[in-house]
Amino acid sequence: MGKVLEVNGPIVTIQQPGIRNGDQVKIGRMNLIGEVIHIRAQDALVQVYESTESLHPGERVEGLGHPLTVELGPGLLGQIFDGVQRPLDKIMQLSGEHISRGLEVSALDRERVWHYLPDPEIVVGNRLRGGQVLGTVRETETIEHRVLAPPDCNGEIIEHAPEGDYNIEEIIVRLRLDHGPVESLRMYHDWPVRQPRPYRSRASSGLPLITGQRILDTFFPMLKGGKAAVPGPFGAGKTIVQQQIARWANADIVLYVGCGERGNELVEILQTFPELTDPYSGRSLMERTFLVANTSNMPVVAREASIYVGVTMAEYYRDQGYDVVMVADSTSRWAEALREVAGRLGQMPVEEGYPAYLASRLAAFYERAGNVNTLAGAQGSVSLIGAVSPPGGDFSEPVTSHTKEIIRTFWALSKPLADARHYPAVSWLESFTDYSERAAEWWSENVSPQWSLRRQQALSLLAEADELERIVNLVGPEALSSSQRWVLESSSLIKEAVLQQSALDPVDSYCSPDKQFQLLDLVLQYHRTGAELIDLGVPVEQLTELVFGGEIRRLKSTVSNDDLSPFQDYGNKIRQAFDLMRAEYHNHRGAAS
Amino acid sequence: MSELEYRKVDSIHGALMFLKGVGDVALGDRVQIRGKDGRRRNGQVIRTSRDVVLVQVFEGTDNLDLENTWVRFLDQPFELALSPDMLGRNFNGIGAPRDDRPPLVSSLRRNVNGSPVNPAARAYPREFIQTGISTIDGLNSLVRGQKLPVFSGSGLPHNRLAAQIVRQARLPGDSSNFVIVFAAMGVSYSDARFFEQEFESSGVLRNVVMFINLANDPPMERLILPRTALTAAEYLAYELDHHVLVVITDMTNYAEALREVATEKGDVPSRKGYPGYLYSDLAEIYERAGRLRDRHGSITMIPILSMPSDDITHPIPDLSGYITEGQIVLSRELHSKAVYPPVNVPPSLSRLMKDGIGKDDTREDHPRAASQLYASYTRALEARNLASIIGAEELSDRDRRYLDFANRFEEDFVRQGPDEERNIIETLDLAWELLSLLPPGELSRVSEEDLHKYHSWEEH
Ligand SMILES: Nc1ncnc2c1ncn2[C@@H]1O[C@H](COP(=O)(O)OP(=O)(O)OP(=O)(O)O)[C@@H](O)[C@H]1O
Ligand SMILES: [Mg+2]
Repeated sequence: MGKVLEVNGPIVTIQQPGIRNGDQVKIGRMNLIGEVIHIRAQDALVQVYESTESLHPGERVEGLGHPLTVELGPGLLGQIFDGVQRPLDKIMQLSGEHISRGLEVSALDRERVWHYLPDPEIVVGNRLRGGQVLGTVRETETIEHRVLAPPDCNGEIIEHAPEGDYNIEEIIVRLRLDHGPVESLRMYHDWPVRQPRPYRSRASSGLPLITGQRILDTFFPMLKGGKAAVPGPFGAGKTIVQQQIARWANADIVLYVGCGERGNELVEILQTFPELTDPYSGRSLMERTFLVANTSNMPVVAREASIYVGVTMAEYYRDQGYDVVMVADSTSRWAEALREVAGRLGQMPVEEGYPAYLASRLAAFYERAGNVNTLAGAQGSVSLIGAVSPPGGDFSEPVTSHTKEIIRTFWALSKPLADARHYPAVSWLESFTDYSERAAEWWSENVSPQWSLRRQQALSLLAEADELERIVNLVGPEALSSSQRWVLESSSLIKEAVLQQSALDPVDSYCSPDKQFQLLDLVLQYHRTGAELIDLGVPVEQLTELVFGGEIRRLKSTVSNDDLSPFQDYGNKIRQAFDLMRAEYHNHRGAAS
Repeated sequence: MSELEYRKVDSIHGALMFLKGVGDVALGDRVQIRGKDGRRRNGQVIRTSRDVVLVQVFEGTDNLDLENTWVRFLDQPFELALSPDMLGRNFNGIGAPRDDRPPLVSSLRRNVNGSPVNPAARAYPREFIQTGISTIDGLNSLVRGQKLPVFSGSGLPHNRLAAQIVRQARLPGDSSNFVIVFAAMGVSYSDARFFEQEFESSGVLRNVVMFINLANDPPMERLILPRTALTAAEYLAYELDHHVLVVITDMTNYAEALREVATEKGDVPSRKGYPGYLYSDLAEIYERAGRLRDRHGSITMIPILSMPSDDITHPIPDLSGYITEGQIVLSRELHSKAVYPPVNVPPSLSRLMKDGIGKDDTREDHPRAASQLYASYTRALEARNLASIIGAEELSDRDRRYLDFANRFEEDFVRQGPDEERNIIETLDLAWELLSLLPPGELSRVSEEDLHKYHSWEEH
């Protein structure tokens, strides 16, 4: 039994001979849980997941003999956990509306009974490899939970429970391990969160993660198993982007990690997701979703842990062969928690108070994304999407700039766009993706061979328009030629008709890939035909006076994903109107000459 | 309560006192300090080890010396006595009376630090509060349980605006009034007096609890004042079922006090010398606003903060914006054009607006009309900018229309009297009057039906 020597905010110095770095400890009369992060000759430093108020020197300390682990088994989906995987509704039953300290609650329900179907290959006498599927239970109506052997156990099966109803503590498989002893397996196992779960090999995937958001899918696509960041100043729309992804992404499982953000944002998910329908399964969205919440008013150290708790659970579903998306809002708060602890340890800050290992920690976290061939022989993926909250919206600050080096898709949110209520405020100039060529293969096969071309045309138009706007702001619009002014018109049409997409619009909140393409195609057709007329000498005013501008801008909200035929009709209407104009212009000119 | 008084001050450093050989003292414990002058001061243990205990003194350490300072550890955290009698009273940061009346006696006492609300226990705020101010109700609606700060600057009329909100805020169709918790940190006597008079003249003084620390009061007390005030607010909301409106001013003074002790403690600074934990510290305050599923009352919070050099990227407004549910930003430019309230529309935002407005709450066109006003005003500001470069005469007809729109929007919609109360329907009708300055083809954020119903366009 050790004792407390010093209390300095969340950092407690203890005297506990023989304790190992990384071990969990239980501290004092209040049973606060913490983690050893530094060992010295005489003492050790512990970061505590709960407030240390009222703790005093001399209180006892007990080593728990293991690092921070999570429980992995059926019953995670639909739940909301705190930063160290305690279910928040159980905590509420125990301590009411406010979270009291020292509560011990396990993540998985011991009482709940699951109907277990043994895998036919797991039979007595066969060999069992770590990570194999033992059997399945139906975790929710949409998700079959594949019960996995812990990754590190190999041996010969000597017993396998028959089909039936079991709780997670009951033994379902016994095996003789290769080094002799008999091991009993249950429907769940523990895993240390700071250690990535093993897989057989990395796999590659060309499948885009479809989010139903045009600016993301069409312009800056990401792939399943990819890593992306959403940086932006406060109020620019990071949380909404992540919530939209959680709602609409074509993933099997979604994990939403609220890391140091607002309590109400999590409530919103808890209250709306059960009522929303998953566009792919047609069932309640909550059946594939779960949450980790360490809100901004919860203890800082658990915030640091929450990211690892989250990604470990994500890997666990990946190992079952699922495509998992984890969104983390916000990785900056995680980095700040890191800084806070480093500062109390007296570690040398390198930039803006952050410790030197910030970049490597960030890289190691994002490295846990990917597509893998699992130990069980299936394919699964973890996609990681982290919000970044740069102080003052300054993207050159350490967390944003290091993250930018690591991720492959960068959805940069812009304050001027958000101020103009151009949502999602994703900047087409600052954002990038490394996945567009891979995504193009899918789009070309499944949606249209023209996809890459249209995307490129739209991006060039936008870039050209930005250049022209700079000129206008220097010398006024008179300096522009007719066709340049038409470029400005068309780019504003792309922005308003295509890029702007309100998460609150019931029709447009999710836009199917086909609708994304047809809408863009229509707008570009409008631009091309108009440009031809201008080349013939039709004055640009005559084109802008056409009523089409306003109507095209509203199409996204009036044409539903289920019936895209209005785009065709509309395309024809535009063509006719332009043909008419062309004919009139020819006649007119013919008459004049 | 411990009877032991120690005379073991080892050193004094700013507002901090280091004690040696006082035994095992708990973190956060309340401390009483008595100096040679006999004056009692209050402190709190902010770091503790077997050898050294670090105490932060709320009243400062002026006139204290090492020999004649007596320290007593109360063996309990900072608590506030709570009772319905607190309404109509005036306290300082640690909950001692500032009026000439006796201290509150009550067996009900709560730790002022509170403990974090379980997110699973919260209810999502969604009831529209009508403030009678168009730029808020129409464009950045406030809902019950929201934390919506005012980002201001020195000399701007944030107090007037806050007072107007307090006076006019109500739920349409609901007669129950707000109870008000007013927390002032480092404000001038005249500012505090202004609020008091406002409460008095609008007859709500009996429904107000005030916690006041003036500019010449001890700065360290500001560290605990908002916590004390929110402990009172939680009691009023969750135990006495009131809807509480908390006005906190000025958060900048709070953050500065925090920076001061952080520097004295030697904490690693992040931006502009503020400690890295400023975000979490502010969040502990702001996140105490809200609604709970099983409670009747609510806490709506309007913190006021002045942006140093009007800079919205300064750490105080910046970190606040990252925590609160939107912000009302005041503009020096509008103020100098004598527009009251000088609400700078583009950077203002209410994140909880979306669930509090629309068909069942205000009017069905509200969300789209608000979005359209934003879009059109932004476009109009571009036109104004262009006019400043090439001259208004050179503008196209379309841009000229927008220029006109910008002026009318500021004159008619943003501007209103400090006593003028517009109901939400009046605000929305006014919005359409302005949108009718623009042709329908320019209004793509509203629906065809909205245009038919509310837009009256005549070519001119
Ligand atoms: N796609 C969208 N559709 C409609 N409204 C949006 C969209 N994106 C953002 N908004 C609006 O912007 C507000 C702020 O967005 P959000 O909360 O996502 O910002 P944030 O970047 O997460 O800010 P913070 O860093 O402070 O958490 C939302 O409350 C909503 O009103
Ligand atoms: Mg956010």
